[in-house]
Amino acid sequence: MERTSGHAGPLAEAGCLQLQDVALELHGHHLLHLNETISPGGVLTVMGPSGSGKSTLLAWIAGFMSPSFHATGRAILDGEDITGRPAEKTGVGLLFQDPLLFPHLSVAGNVRFGARGGKDDVAERVENALASVGLAGFGHRDPETLSGGQRARVALVRLILSRPRAILLDEPFSKLDTPLRRELRAVVFEHLRQQNVPAVLVTHDQEDADAAGGIIVTID
Amino acid sequence: MLRLAPWIIVLSLVLPVVGGTLFTVPPAFGYLPVLGGDDWSFRPWLELAATPGILRSVAVSFSSGLLATGLALIIVFLFLSTIANTRFDRWIQRLVSPLLSIPHAAAAFGFAFLVAPSGLLLRWLSPSLTGFERPPDWLLLNDPFGMSLISGLVVKEIPFLLLVSLAGLPQLNAGQRVMLARSLGYLPRVAWFKTVAPALYPLIRLPVYAVLAFATSTVDVAMILGPNLPSTLSVQVVHWFNDPDLSRRFLASAGALLQLLVTASTLSVWWGLEKLIGTGFNAWVAGGNRQRFDGTLWLAGRGLMLIATLLPVLGLFALALNSVAGFWRFPDAWPGSITLSHWLQALPDLARPFWMTMVIATAASVLAVAMVLAALEHEQRRNRPATRALWLLYLPLLVPQVGFLSGITVLSQMAGQAPALWVVVWAHLLFVLPYVYLTLVEPYRRFDFRWIILGRSLGLSVNQAFWRIRLPMMLRPVLTAMALGVAISVSLYLPTQMLGGGRIVTVTTEAVALSSGGDRRLIGVWAMVQAITPFIGFLLALLIPRLLWKERRGMQAL
Repeated sequence: MERTSGHAGPLAEAGCLQLQDVALELHGHHLLHLNETISPGGVLTVMGPSGSGKSTLLAWIAGFMSPSFHATGRAILDGEDITGRPAEKTGVGLLFQDPLLFPHLSVAGNVRFGARGGKDDVAERVENALASVGLAGFGHRDPETLSGGQRARVALVRLILSRPRAILLDEPFSKLDTPLRRELRAVVFEHLRQQNVPAVLVTHDQEDADAAGGIIVTID
Repeated sequence: MLRLAPWIIVLSLVLPVVGGTLFTVPPAFGYLPVLGGDDWSFRPWLELAATPGILRSVAVSFSSGLLATGLALIIVFLFLSTIANTRFDRWIQRLVSPLLSIPHAAAAFGFAFLVAPSGLLLRWLSPSLTGFERPPDWLLLNDPFGMSLISGLVVKEIPFLLLVSLAGLPQLNAGQRVMLARSLGYLPRVAWFKTVAPALYPLIRLPVYAVLAFATSTVDVAMILGPNLPSTLSVQVVHWFNDPDLSRRFLASAGALLQLLVTASTLSVWWGLEKLIGTGFNAWVAGGNRQRFDGTLWLAGRGLMLIATLLPVLGLFALALNSVAGFWRFPDAWPGSITLSHWLQALPDLARPFWMTMVIATAASVLAVAMVLAALEHEQRRNRPATRALWLLYLPLLVPQVGFLSGITVLSQMAGQAPALWVVVWAHLLFVLPYVYLTLVEPYRRFDFRWIILGRSLGLSVNQAFWRIRLPMMLRPVLTAMALGVAISVSLYLPTQMLGGGRIVTVTTEAVALSSGGDRRLIGVWAMVQAITPFIGFLLALLIPRLLWKERRGMQAL
């Protein structure tokens, strides 16, 4: 494993995601070892071939790791130890390869699904959030009628409104074609910066890593 | 609570089957204090042995089970070997599920109305081809050798075996296997039998055993199509059970035990045949013959499947025709007049049994779906395979119904329990559960787990994720499983008849009871109602998601 740039932050910094001595094993086979602190607004990029355990790292942080893997170490978010917490209580949001819009809900229904923070103005917040990614007036639409790029934006907005304290991105652009990938990368990283929360990006695309602009860890 | 679900399923199936079977034993040996049987003895067995024609009953039960299952399996395999995604194949495959959901009794009545001496087929052929001016004096139905029983069973079981085979084929890469063999010079049908059939059979072995157990012990089909004087063993047992003379219960229990033995020995003979045929088959495969029989196989597969599909369709048509027929002289192909009077006459009597049928069917299938969902959800959350004990799901399908239902009847009478709806619902549950489980297990496991991960990362608890993501997204398979449960329940005769003690009356028990009367018009009406009822469930299962997700194209595809 090699580390190419970036800096390690001081301990227990407010809003930081700290991965302390994290080691992953599959059937006794060592996969990776990490010791990183990601500051709010910062991105840790983990690069490596498939099967290197980088997606498992995200699953472990978010609380979904398959029991066939074995992990040691701790994940500290904003000073709280979230290691082994039930997934809904970690405060960690996810963005997948596929937008995964719930097919039984409208676009607005999808965004509202995860919205946290008061019910009163939720409709307004949903509409504003959709407008912020150029999807004003799309709320009532069936997700199935959207283009690939539009779906990815809805997924992003849904994630943002759930007010995560940290964000994990699992190769979020790998299924898009090149022009769309560039455009969406810009939108996503802009929103990430606005949120000012730590993020972990898993990818095997160097351009993703460059756009993220944080620490890059490469697993071999 | 969820943790207990698999065990609740297993126990609610195993307890009645094993308990029911065990409680058949004491009365079979003369011991049943409630009925004055205070001493153990072999008297019921001596009485059973002295029953006129008992050997013949046993022989017919035994042979009809073996022959019906064997023939149905052969026809299904012959057809599968010829499948080439033609229009005919797609047509057959589309018909499989509807044909499967026709209740046994209705299918048997339809078959009877077709092939009887005065049935539809002979009417269509007479007098032009046969010269008959009046129905011939042939024993086409209820023949002493059980031929009509066997034919009816073959026609009814083909859709089931075809469905389980079609479900198993995709994992075998049948197309590739056949292609490979053809590239080695085998003709297509021979290639299928040599490369796919040996791999397919193990996948459908349990369903085949279930067919075998059913065919040796069916009561409703045998009452309609089977021989009289003596009738099959299972029918005799039910008659003895229903005898107003309660001392006959001892004889009935001995008969029920004998039925268990007959079914068990049929299963072991089949198992032996499996080994024998397997050896011969391997020799044939190894022999390397590539060219012979291909044309014959093709013709047999296509022709027999066409007949087996047309018969139930025509049977339903015969039922419908009879239910609205006015005066209908024999060789006339069509009734002289059409009338609704039979329906209008029957409607007042139909209402109560119809609602009772729906109540029992709905209760049993809702319970079954809830139990199965709980077990599957538990399996998902634990993230490990289901408990091995779930193979016991097949138990109620492998043990003859009379065998354990008689014990349950005896037990509930000993407990002073009057015939109660919940007992009947439970008995239906035994037969509904296996099918509901088998239909739901695949869609449940295939469901993309990322949906749940996503929902939980958006703040949903495990339970909320089930109700707000899993259930709505799986609504279609859940409703289909429920509809299948309703169809199974509607078709059940014996559980209602025995445990309902004549007080709980469904469309099915009424329709079967009419078979002895022989009023074709009335039978036509009741059997039609019985045949249509399952379709209501399937129609709802199709329409509800479509209405609910009218604006959601993504849900139409799921």
